[in-house]
Amino acid sequence: MESASLSPRPRGFLPPVSGRRRRVDRFARSLLWLAAGVAVVPLVLVIFYILSKGLGAWSAEFFTTDPTGDFFGNQGGVKSAILGTIEIVGAAALVAVPLGVGVALYLTEYGGDARLAKAVRFFVDVMTGVPSIVFGLFIYLTLVLAGTGGSSFAGWKGSAALALLMLPIVTRSAEVVLQLVPASLREAALALGAPRWKAIARVILPSAASGIVTGSLLAIARAAGETAPLLFTATIVKATTFDLNQPMNSLPAQIFQDLKQPNDELVQRAWGAAVTLVAMILVITLIAKLIQRRSRVQGAP
Amino acid sequence: MNPNRIDAPGREAGELSGQLENGELTGATGPSPREAVPWPAVAKRQVELRRLSAYYGDHLAVKQVSLRFSGSDVTAIIGPSGCGKSTMVRCVNRMHEETPGARAEGEVLLDGADLYGPGVDVVAVRRAIGMVFQKPNPFPTMSIFDNVASGLRFTGTGRGEIEDRVHAALREAGLWDEVKDRLGKPGLGLSGGQQQRLCIARALAVEPEVLLMDEPCSALDPVATLRIEELIGELKERVTIVIVTHNMQQAARVAGTTVFMLDGELVEVGPTEKLFTNPDDERTEQYVTGKFG
Repeated sequence: MESASLSPRPRGFLPPVSGRRRRVDRFARSLLWLAAGVAVVPLVLVIFYILSKGLGAWSAEFFTTDPTGDFFGNQGGVKSAILGTIEIVGAAALVAVPLGVGVALYLTEYGGDARLAKAVRFFVDVMTGVPSIVFGLFIYLTLVLAGTGGSSFAGWKGSAALALLMLPIVTRSAEVVLQLVPASLREAALALGAPRWKAIARVILPSAASGIVTGSLLAIARAAGETAPLLFTATIVKATTFDLNQPMNSLPAQIFQDLKQPNDELVQRAWGAAVTLVAMILVITLIAKLIQRRSRVQGAP
Repeated sequence: MNPNRIDAPGREAGELSGQLENGELTGATGPSPREAVPWPAVAKRQVELRRLSAYYGDHLAVKQVSLRFSGSDVTAIIGPSGCGKSTMVRCVNRMHEETPGARAEGEVLLDGADLYGPGVDVVAVRRAIGMVFQKPNPFPTMSIFDNVASGLRFTGTGRGEIEDRVHAALREAGLWDEVKDRLGKPGLGLSGGQQQRLCIARALAVEPEVLLMDEPCSALDPVATLRIEELIGELKERVTIVIVTHNMQQAARVAGTTVFMLDGELVEVGPTEKLFTNPDDERTEQYVTGKFG
């Protein structure tokens, strides 16, 4: 104001953006566009490639027959792998999700800055970064070699490895969401004479529910695509089984197996299985996004 | 005043007085001579603080305050920001200890029973002493009805009783006419002032003996503030009310007794009119005349 009154500007009070600033702006913007483009290209290519290679393998038989093959030279489909993935991942989620949410509740509602809580947080962080094959190896050494449960390789041992993998992801995401629940809601519930567990069950968990479900679904999607922990826990078989104590097939393992074969039909089946897996994960992710969006509309944290 | 309320049996109040006569608040139920007396007719409770100190870690926020909140009028607590008035009020229903690292020393007596005594059930304390917070905080996942019913459900009230008490509480909070047609809609859909009255209804539904209000109007516009103040005038007939406020005019409008605090210490207590016109303490005079704060 003062300088304006001291030296009045002939071309008006607000000067236009300088040419240099406009050039720098344009340059920086195009760099960012380029970076985004470079990042998207391989993603699109992967999807496109899988679809073009794999969709051709899809047929009714592909989904309804086991990869055992028959007398007439048909190689069979991936029914056992699809069902095996659903069983193994489902069992893993049944264990890992409640456990992970429980750990997160401990951390946010009870642990505070206690030494145990700090230790748990540290280990959860470390576990998030552990390569998945290490979990498989751990289960192989402890459960498979020991023949726990009367079997060596078994579906539930694959579930155990995946559950270990999912646990830190579920815990972390649930903890973040629970921390977003405003302290004022906690206080309101406690001040109404709610015992702590009821405040958690009726107010805190419902407020955070959509975020917890979203995080859990993303952990499930992540686990569904894991190969390494399954290879030496649930291993690779052909027949469909609903007995978690038996070796069990899975989509990633089936892909791994088929790609190694010197047989075009089998390689084709691997591509088909890959599309199936991507489609399953896509559906889970879309559900997660939908839940997230719905909760945002309602204005919940 | 309202027929629903008077017809309702004063079970909670009866239970509580039974416990209080034994000198403890353990949450156990016992026979009470006053069991049949309806809630509004129960003599209002007196809260007494004896040498109450409150800490956040090593920081002493409330220093040895001794004070009595009489059941016969509204008590306002005024003082500059950070003087410990909210902390002190939060000690009365033992919410202070919910803050990590916070603790309180001394005694808080509800009609003679020490709320900090050994074996006292914190949950029973909070059922007897309700609280309304600075910012309206309805539960976001619940409807208007469920918000008011939440306290009753926390305390395990029977299904049949809940509806009557929710309606009664909404009437008492002056919200009934505005929400009666949309009880199933989310509580967050109300305006700020309505939300705060919803929170008051929620606190009233569990039929507390004492209602603590921690700057209940600081997030509201003047019209909504006026509604709350009128409400306080109606409620004081039945509930012992303690209100923390930043606003000295508000204290003058609603309270019979005013407490002035400074730096965690109790400076002066007196009838509101005297405190504002002819205070005994020089610091009080400086504060109420706007010289600091």
